Amino acid sequence: MKYKFWKILLGIWLALVIIVGFSFDIVDSPQNWNEFPNIPGLENKARIIFFHVPTAWIAVIAFLMAMVNGIRYLQKNDLEYDVRSSSAAGLGLIFCILATVTGAIWAKFNWGAYWNWDPRQTSIFVLMLIYGAYFALRSAIEVDEKRASLSAVYAIIAFVTVPFFVFIMPRMMSGLHPGSASDEGAGPVVDFSMDTTMYIVFLASLFGFTLLYLWIYELRVRLGMIELRYESLRSHE
Amino acid sequence: MIQQTTAVFLKDFQSELRTRYAINALVMFVITTLSIILFSIGGERVSLDVLAGMLWVVIFFSAMSGLSRSFVSEEERGTTMTLQLLAQPAVVYFGKLLFNLVLILSINTLVVTLYVLLIPLFVVQSASIFFLTLFLGSVGLACASTIIAAIIAKANSKGTLYPVLSFPILLPLLMTVMNATKLSLDGAPFTEATGEFRVLISYSVVLVAVSWVLFDYVWKD
Amino acid sequence: MNSILLQLENVRKEFSRRIIFDKIDLTLKNGNSIAITGINGSGKSTLVKIVAGILSPTRGALTLSVNGKEMKPEQYHNYIGFVAPYIQMYDEFSAYENLKFFARIRGLRFDKKYVDYMLDRVVLYDRRNDAVRTYSSGMKQRLKYAFALLHKPEVLIFDEPRANLDRHGVATVCEIMEEHKPDGVLILATNDQEDLSYAETVLNLDELRKARIEERQKQNSVTAKLT
Repeated sequence: MKYKFWKILLGIWLALVIIVGFSFDIVDSPQNWNEFPNIPGLENKARIIFFHVPTAWIAVIAFLMAMVNGIRYLQKNDLEYDVRSSSAAGLGLIFCILATVTGAIWAKFNWGAYWNWDPRQTSIFVLMLIYGAYFALRSAIEVDEKRASLSAVYAIIAFVTVPFFVFIMPRMMSGLHPGSASDEGAGPVVDFSMDTTMYIVFLASLFGFTLLYLWIYELRVRLGMIELRYESLRSHE
Repeated sequence: MIQQTTAVFLKDFQSELRTRYAINALVMFVITTLSIILFSIGGERVSLDVLAGMLWVVIFFSAMSGLSRSFVSEEERGTTMTLQLLAQPAVVYFGKLLFNLVLILSINTLVVTLYVLLIPLFVVQSASIFFLTLFLGSVGLACASTIIAAIIAKANSKGTLYPVLSFPILLPLLMTVMNATKLSLDGAPFTEATGEFRVLISYSVVLVAVSWVLFDYVWKD
Repeated sequence: MNSILLQLENVRKEFSRRIIFDKIDLTLKNGNSIAITGINGSGKSTLVKIVAGILSPTRGALTLSVNGKEMKPEQYHNYIGFVAPYIQMYDEFSAYENLKFFARIRGLRFDKKYVDYMLDRVVLYDRRNDAVRTYSSGMKQRLKYAFALLHKPEVLIFDEPRANLDRHGVATVCEIMEEHKPDGVLILATNDQEDLSYAETVLNLDELRKARIEERQKQNSVTAKLT
């Protein structure tokens, strides 16, 4: 019963975030608690921050969890960690696609084109490629143990190349994305232009999405473990 | 251990000389891709950016068509276990890495020679940047593609999987070498490219270190 | 010859959650010999691969001590000679070149006399400069014995030692086993009755499997009664 309780709460919480995120007015100088500040150049399009940023955040967290569980698999040789790793990666891929699509739609209205090779767009694209490659590899190996160890190794190798992008991309392309250093029009949203109300809603959304992710993740892990046990029982007949 | 590593390398090298598994396909691959590029350029004046990019496109796909042989051929012929019984994993890894390095360096020499001869627009202004980029880029390419080759050798559909797995790993390298090549065509002073070189060196170091640690898990069934 | 202690403790192997074998304990010292038997698919080859250190067990541990010193897994290959149908030689090289590369990769000094003696022993001396590609399957099998004995290992593992061999070849193999038995460790994976005479103990994987299934059924009936 008590498990059900927090799930209902989470539903209400996210519903509130959605309603508040869409309904609060955007005014030039907010006076009341139910108003968002107007960010020049973004206006109503600023509302995407409540939904787009959390999905991108989860896409990254999921990658981290897939990698960490991959390392644990290599240490412990227990297929449970592979289930954890692949569950995280599966969700990561979904949230990665969500972040890319929402971002691209927003970019069409703000920058005039769906795709601009902005550093953030490039990063999320690379992340999607990594997820795609990870699953392409998994589907090409039949033995569970081998699949687990090879995909873990791949996740780790992909992970260590990520920091290089941080060095390279600013040299290669200029940033359009709100929050990047060279972005002048929209200003660094996350740091300065958000007022307290907006910041609270943003954090609430981030928190809600993270819980949602962890909930689906646990469900998938449980399902994966049941499948594993079922396989091992069947093979004993 | 260095002697053993060299022995693995020499075995692969002699085997390659005798069978020409990788090299024949690679040379033909380079020639076909280059002729496609020449056809598509025609008589037009293509910008230096595009030419610098195209060079690395050719190099990337040549690498993808040849560098997986080192591990795939062992797996296909059933000699993986023979090698496991002969040497510790690190010896095999470094032997194969050395072989891939030699292979990619010779292929890149061919690519660049043909590229310079056939595309008159492609004039290198600062040779020091260009050749250092080419060398460090080849090293990085070999470092990343060796471990990926070891992974895909154990999987089905090896041929298609190789570029799919390698591309995200190689992207930071490719972006850097393309940038550095552009600088060399623009005649930039050497100091302007030191940032790129630093990235390339650390990329190779990081990948070799990680591959070394993880190779056991890939190599052993 | 070095003194050897090879131990398997509670070893289990699963492939995709299917248990191949479980709870295998083995202790082998110089002079010990064992034959592993079982029907096809019972895991004979899997078990000898684990003993040779080229496959890791799902659970349990393998330890190899040489002269009382415990070896690291990456050193095992120095003490093990392995012959099996699934181990291949390099086709494009001759028998002689194969052995030369093997010696170098092992980090051994290339002893031409010993290699010639080995090649003579497995009756390949006359064909030593021909590419392995041109060999018959029996000749390839004989070359594998030269490969396995090149570094004078303490532990010999033969998986289906007679595969592809004619009467003369079998005689040579029997001779090798006879010579190795008194001082070294000999492990055979075989179903051949004559091979069993070379082993002092026999490990039957079929019986182990049967025992495991019976135990499970007993457990199941107990739980069934309880519920």
